Amino acid sequence: MLSFNSSNIVSKSRVIGRRMFILSVIKSAVLLGIFGRLVSLQITESRKYKTLSDKNRFREWRLAPPRGIIKDFFGKEIASNKKIYQLHITPENTKNIELLFFKLKNILNITSERINILKRKIAKQKPWEPIVVSSNLSWTEFSKVNLYLHELQGAEPIVSVARVYNDYSSPHILGYVSKVSVKDLKRKKYLREMNIPGISVGKTGLEAKLDEEIIGDVGFLRYEVNAYGKRIRQIATNKGIQGKEFTTTLDNEVQSFTANLIKDVSGTVCVMDIFNGDIVSMVSSPAFNPNSFIHGISQKEWDGLLGNRDKPMINKAISGLYPPGSTIKTIVALSALENDIWNPDTRITCKGYIDFYDQKYHCWKKKGHGNINLRTAIKKSCDVYFYEVARKLGVDRLAKTAEKFGLGQNVLVDFPEEKNGVVPNTKWKLNTIGKNWYIGETLHTGIGQGYFLTTPLQLCLMTAQLANGGYKLKPRLIISDDQKINLKDFTFGKGRNVMKPLFRNQENINFVKEAMFASSNEPGGTSYGSRLKEKKFMFAGKTGSSQIKRFTQDQREAEVKQKDLDFLSRDHALFIAFAPYENPKYAISVLIEHGGSGSSAAAPIAKKVIKKVIERDKLRNERKNLSTFKET
Amino acid sequence: MLNRIYSGFTLRDKILNLDFVLLLSILALGIISIFAQYSSSSGNFDFHAKNHTIRFGVFFILFLIVSFTPINFWHSTSFFVYFIFLLLLILVKYFGISSQGSQRWINLFVINLQPSELMKIGIILFLAKYYHRVSSADVNRLRFLIYPIVALLCPFFIVLTQPDLGTSLLILASGVVVTWLAGVKLKFFAYLSAGFVVLAPIAIAFLKPYQKARILTFLNPEKDPLGAGYQIIQSKIAIGSGGIFGKGFLNGSQSYLNFLPEKHTDFIFTLFSEEFGFIGSILIVFLYFLITFRIVQIGTITRSIFGRLYCYGFSTAFFIYVTVNMCMVLGLLPIVGAPLPIMSYGGSSMLAIMFGLGIVMSCRIFKDKPFS
Repeated sequence: MLSFNSSNIVSKSRVIGRRMFILSVIKSAVLLGIFGRLVSLQITESRKYKTLSDKNRFREWRLAPPRGIIKDFFGKEIASNKKIYQLHITPENTKNIELLFFKLKNILNITSERINILKRKIAKQKPWEPIVVSSNLSWTEFSKVNLYLHELQGAEPIVSVARVYNDYSSPHILGYVSKVSVKDLKRKKYLREMNIPGISVGKTGLEAKLDEEIIGDVGFLRYEVNAYGKRIRQIATNKGIQGKEFTTTLDNEVQSFTANLIKDVSGTVCVMDIFNGDIVSMVSSPAFNPNSFIHGISQKEWDGLLGNRDKPMINKAISGLYPPGSTIKTIVALSALENDIWNPDTRITCKGYIDFYDQKYHCWKKKGHGNINLRTAIKKSCDVYFYEVARKLGVDRLAKTAEKFGLGQNVLVDFPEEKNGVVPNTKWKLNTIGKNWYIGETLHTGIGQGYFLTTPLQLCLMTAQLANGGYKLKPRLIISDDQKINLKDFTFGKGRNVMKPLFRNQENINFVKEAMFASSNEPGGTSYGSRLKEKKFMFAGKTGSSQIKRFTQDQREAEVKQKDLDFLSRDHALFIAFAPYENPKYAISVLIEHGGSGSSAAAPIAKKVIKKVIERDKLRNERKNLSTFKET
Repeated sequence: MLNRIYSGFTLRDKILNLDFVLLLSILALGIISIFAQYSSSSGNFDFHAKNHTIRFGVFFILFLIVSFTPINFWHSTSFFVYFIFLLLLILVKYFGISSQGSQRWINLFVINLQPSELMKIGIILFLAKYYHRVSSADVNRLRFLIYPIVALLCPFFIVLTQPDLGTSLLILASGVVVTWLAGVKLKFFAYLSAGFVVLAPIAIAFLKPYQKARILTFLNPEKDPLGAGYQIIQSKIAIGSGGIFGKGFLNGSQSYLNFLPEKHTDFIFTLFSEEFGFIGSILIVFLYFLITFRIVQIGTITRSIFGRLYCYGFSTAFFIYVTVNMCMVLGLLPIVGAPLPIMSYGGSSMLAIMFGLGIVMSCRIFKDKPFS
């Protein structure tokens, strides 16, 4: 079996040698393959893999930038930012989390429930991910934590920035911010792109309207992480860019003054510059504390706000809809004169009511006003006189004039909470209710009741446009860079900012203004009791009350007074005015919910606000002429 | 047997007869591997790096001892060595240590030995000796094929059932290479393969789910990037991101940040490639090529058929180990769990390779020594 002869060895060696040669060829091919692969991975496609490697390596934590500041007309910050103190815990860095919580409980006011919630959160996430224990520590608490920090391994005191509102006079206009919700993310693309969990976003008011511009540009913390996502070291930081700053037309001084004035009632006050439409003040009462929402409002406080009878969350100036009541008589009179269907000297005898198609239509004054003309009818707010005017005018012509003066449409641009109200006419009723118009309804519309619904800001705009001589205004709340119209630019017939006239004959406007003056400054006028005697404050106004329920015959005969009714059945008190009468500058509207009559509840408030606004007129003018508001 | 240890060579003769190119290549790879292990421990001379250094030192001495032992000794003890290794394999089956679902190791107090690694050398030794004795006329006789087939399939199946698909395939490949080199006609391999193909479906039924997953993953690694395909993808990212010059020693972010799995063992080449780039990769590839090339040269100048078959067989097996590992980390082969010779952390693999290289060197030193 075994042979060791040399020929055997030679033949074997030959076979082995030949086959080894074949193997060597194969090996070379394989080596070439590996070489080729190395070239392709490390040279040709290296860039692609470098990117992939960096993607592995770096992780970014996005940082919320500080929100833009909102200022009032005089540059006072009404929505600003402040440093806040927070406490975070990184579970991984603590040896004993129970002990840490126990110690923290002694130092801070943390409830056991909160600790349980935190523990559940910790169980769900990775041990190196920090968790927020307290998002808003007081300075005392923060100092305490820092004092005991050596005993609190794993706890990290953090200084951050959050929104703060310096007073509570404008929460309805400014709105509030709170943590981003799923709904916000669904609706807003920029929030999805920012992709910061728990970022504060504007929920209502200007904060919501301006959110995209005011929120700022995202900052980031870039970390190198390992395969498990644990941060190894910080590579770069970028604090982000603060959001755009906005200047409003509001005068915070007036805001505070007015808010304080009406803090005990439910109502609203609007003040407008009659030349450029600047909203000087817009206060709604009762107010809420916008700071409560920043770190999450407590359920108790939220329930309290929602359950409040006076609806503190609603901005009554733009979201509250009320029948304009007798304040509409200014427009009814103007419309009748403009349409040439009424002579101001026409006299009508008011005996307290009129009969119309077998129905009685009452005047607010049971005894009647006697034989009066149009001027006196406005001055004394005679309903019977205006029934007659409205009947002759017709609801459609009235509606046209009312709409011209801004009723039934939004006053501000893109303000999500604003409602536009209703200016009823025959077509509107057919379309919305599906019934024909009754002539009796025209009479109700003529004294601002019935279907008529307006916001207090619309009434303020209407008054402003009467006061400036009948020119159309574009009201504004934000002074944007491209529209810095100031007093000097305003011209009635020529120049750059030509205002569109709303009248056919300006004499008619002047007539209404004069009648309003009478109403406030002549004995017998409805707001005579609230007049300001000093010439520079003297104003012209018109009272009104919007009915909640119509008086029954029994109540009328029993001479029931408003204050005898239960609160929610009382009329809303209204007052519109412009001042100073000689040289008008500002228009105002006041609404007090369930306040009874305009002369007793609304006019006295208007009187005080008008005084305040005119006192500050000089300052406002100086501010207007400052170089910061450069002329366009 | 023992009298064969005496060769009549002085130590000086032996040293002069050493193949210094091979020796220096091995030393170079060994030193590089220590740096690589140091880097894989994030720049600490800790457990892995320390162990690897000690092992390389000890086994390098072993390599020299084996080298200076005459080839006659290794020739005469070949069958004995094979059976010792086979016995160890059987012992593992019953007394082995389990880890991660497979039973591959046996506790020898000094090290946890993995006999399947040794068997890679044992099978070559066995077949080289067997075909040294079989005359060329008998090589293709069926009767003479029985021993090699049995000697090959026994360890193959034992290792396969450990289960260790990668090593069992490498043992099979080593054996097949030597058998073929010895002159066995290709048709027999064809028959054998045909038999395997027929039996394959049955074999697949015996595969562990993770083994099936590995094969599927190889076919489409991007399908499951966080699961089994993760290793291939991360390895490719690491190598590719190294670029031409690499990220620098201790700066391989993929391995440093633990994106790279098994960086001490199977993926040590990836780690090195990431840090030293294309230049480094080529250097390693060249060193391995040089070692294989030198072994073939030694085989060619060796007089005995045993020596020649052994050298050719070992060089091919060595080449297969290297290329399988590299193809694996380069995403050209499925992840089968094959260490890179010398570079990878692992005592048994290092022991087997250094032992095998020692015999090669012994062939070189005693190349002209006739077998009695």
